[in-house]
Amino acid sequence: MLQTRALTKSFTLHLRGGLRMPVLSGVDLDVRAGECVVLSGPSGTGKSTLMRSLYGNYRAESGSILVRHAGEMVDIAAADPRTILAVRHETLGYVSQFLRVVPRVPALDVVAEVLLTRGIDQDTARETARSLLLRLNIPSRLHAIPPATFSGGEQQRVNLARGFIANHPILLLDEPTASLDAENRAVVVQMVRDAKAKGTAIVAICHDADVRDVIADRLFTMSPYQDAA
Amino acid sequence: MTEPTLLSGRGLNLKFGSITALSDVDVDLWPGEMLAIVGESGSGKTTLLNVLSGRLVPDNGVVWYREPDDRLHDVHAMPAPVLRTLHRSDWGFVHQDPRQNLRMTVSAGGNVGERLMARGARHYGDIRATALGWLEQVEIDANRIDDLPRTFSGGMLQRLQIARTLVTHPRLVFMDEPTGGLDVSVQARLLDLIRSLVTRLRIAVVLVTHDIAVARLLAHRIAVMQRGRIVETGLTDQVLDDPRHPYTQLLVSSVLSA
Repeated sequence: MLQTRALTKSFTLHLRGGLRMPVLSGVDLDVRAGECVVLSGPSGTGKSTLMRSLYGNYRAESGSILVRHAGEMVDIAAADPRTILAVRHETLGYVSQFLRVVPRVPALDVVAEVLLTRGIDQDTARETARSLLLRLNIPSRLHAIPPATFSGGEQQRVNLARGFIANHPILLLDEPTASLDAENRAVVVQMVRDAKAKGTAIVAICHDADVRDVIADRLFTMSPYQDAA
Repeated sequence: MTEPTLLSGRGLNLKFGSITALSDVDVDLWPGEMLAIVGESGSGKTTLLNVLSGRLVPDNGVVWYREPDDRLHDVHAMPAPVLRTLHRSDWGFVHQDPRQNLRMTVSAGGNVGERLMARGARHYGDIRATALGWLEQVEIDANRIDDLPRTFSGGMLQRLQIARTLVTHPRLVFMDEPTGGLDVSVQARLLDLIRSLVTRLRIAVVLVTHDIAVARLLAHRIAVMQRGRIVETGLTDQVLDDPRHPYTQLLVSSVLSA
């Protein structure tokens, strides 16, 4: 479903006199349908950078990121912006650590939005969003309120609902349980299992060892960048 | 992606005396897409908007507009009346100062209805009903329909301008700092409104803003301008989260986060 070859990424900080910071070098990652690969390694080894590159949020410097989209392999590292938007819309979901939404939009619509943009009628989309929010223990009385005022854990759960609702064939999860209590962690673990059973390919970053052990089929260990020379 | 563009600028150059306003600018816009043009004051954003919309003629370069029937028009070669008709129907222009677009001596409903009449609508009842529907969509109370715009607040005026612009269901709207000069709370409401209307009606938008947060919220793609050139362009989140050009890095790192 997802394959990277010789993926390299560095940042050039022009405001720091053109300082170049290499982060990823020659990353080869393969993820199959129904499999969850957890990126592991200490802080600063480029886990988030890799995940953001997979999503096309960071631009790969060289190498390829092949994603199965609408029956073909698309190279995220080389695709034009509109192709990347189409891939994100249909194929590639991303649950970031933090929720970024438009002010004034109620939680229910934040979650339902993806379905609405796919042309699903409003009642169905809202009903699906409602049941997903309830499953994540966001009570009905909060559904009509914009999530800006929610607690960290509540915002993360809205974000998770938004990420899982679209049934993307590939899902990227960045610390999906970081600010959740035990009960909600268990819900998320079950959602990941369900997604895998449906054939979703998942890449996750997860520092919580208990959660990692139950969701990961495989660890992809990343080590600090070393110059090839 | 082989879908043809709605609007394309190629090799646009414009000088005001010795000052270079646009230098070798290429722009593409696809149907239903929102493109933000960002940069500091004097970078040429508004000039580019005016050239793309045919309000300014470039020294050289061409702007192509594709009609629904696939015919291509050179925007600056169109006869003035044809361009005017286009601006009154399939195109719209939202100014930072709504007074530039609204008629301050005509009622709110009249301001919305006028654009319909300019396109040939004649039935008074229909026009008033449509105007009322649009006032509702931009969250202006129905009982204000006969009031003059000068009794409206800044935020209401901006929403009225948007109603007036969108009533003809344009395919392409040019926006120049639509949220500039408004209170933050009013801004948020307006942004939400623009976003939902534009998405629902699948309108293509060229949006000029100096506010990067506005661009992030609204735009699919972004073009960063400096001294009349586009120095960086791409997916909005890519350009803002992983800026490459020194000027973009400066712009992004200069934003205060609340």
